[in-house]
Amino acid sequence: MKYLIIILSTILVNNVIFSQFLGICPFLGTSKKTSTAVGMSAAVIFVMTLATLVTWLVNQYILIPLGLDKFMQTIAFILIIAALVQMVEIILKKISPSLYTALGVFLPLITTNCAVLGVALTVVTKPFNYGGVPHLLSLGESMVYAVGIALGFGLALVLFAGIREHVELMEAPKGMKGTPIALIVAGILAMAFMGFTGVV
Amino acid sequence: MSNNLQTFTRGFIKENPILVLLLGCCPTLATTTSAINGMSMGLATTFVLIMSNLVISLLKGFIPDKVRIPCFIVVIASFVTIVQLVMQAYVPDIYETLGLFIPLIVVNCIVLGRAEAFASKNPVWPSILDGTGMGLGFTFALTILGCIRELLGSGTMFGLRILPETANILLFILPPGAFICLGFLIAIVNQFRKESH
Repeated sequence: MKYLIIILSTILVNNVIFSQFLGICPFLGTSKKTSTAVGMSAAVIFVMTLATLVTWLVNQYILIPLGLDKFMQTIAFILIIAALVQMVEIILKKISPSLYTALGVFLPLITTNCAVLGVALTVVTKPFNYGGVPHLLSLGESMVYAVGIALGFGLALVLFAGIREHVELMEAPKGMKGTPIALIVAGILAMAFMGFTGVV
Repeated sequence: MSNNLQTFTRGFIKENPILVLLLGCCPTLATTTSAINGMSMGLATTFVLIMSNLVISLLKGFIPDKVRIPCFIVVIASFVTIVQLVMQAYVPDIYETLGLFIPLIVVNCIVLGRAEAFASKNPVWPSILDGTGMGLGFTFALTILGCIRELLGSGTMFGLRILPETANILLFILPPGAFICLGFLIAIVNQFRKESH
């Protein structure tokens, strides 16, 4: 039940893009075609879950015992994520070339996706009150949280790409063409997502 | 000298990081609920940008080409941590509102972008000017967006009441307002740029 609440709240109520504003750059950058959007979403789900797992463990068992968690978190996490992305890229290339060709181009982009670092930092610093009392998330809850956020990112990205393909064909005023009209579409989508406020 | 001036002013208009290059959208949308928040975020980023440009420009002879990106990230992350700790100590209210977006300056594309494109190839003085110009251009765009959203959403500007409370359009300080405002702002800039060409 608790896990279901976390999943629903991260996908719909606190959607990573429409209410937390994390990962806007890849959201605008890879949403011109639905197929690219699907590839990017898959890569994000994969990396975000893995990154949260590793950073949570490093924080809990290395940074906190050494008393470094107050000022080394940002530096340690970004390096872990960058290294992890590189490693995933190398491993995928060896083990599953087909998956590598599908996700390949998106993997390097993910290092600078602020949603990945954002989620890793959120789960170790911000107390949530899923299930009554505010507490920092346990490893299991953090993993579910990361998967939920990544799914929310995927949902937003694919929805937006679908709409954007149609918007591109429309006649828009000269200055509005391209990014401005896409941003306004995103604004309207965000309004739709606001309808979920208070559901969970 | 005119070359230096050009380096400095480029970030303001011709290559404004947000309005023209569209880099660093996340903090732009998230922290501009009021003019003061937008400006604080801009200034924090400006500090990191100037300092990282300065250090990277000084170290450019020592950093091997193959591992330059991780090196840049470590330099940037160190300055971000300094900003984070200083803000926590002296302006805890603003730190609380900006929250997660202070540590996330690390992954702001503008900072790494300037390190890679400018500071790693140029001497110290132009790098500082470039960082300052880009940072102030970023701050300028954030402040403008913050002013518009604060005026429409809560009828104030930098906390001073301008419109009566009955004229508030709450939507503009909520997430959808951020997307819509930025969309219109970029559209206006695009229009002017196309006319001047």
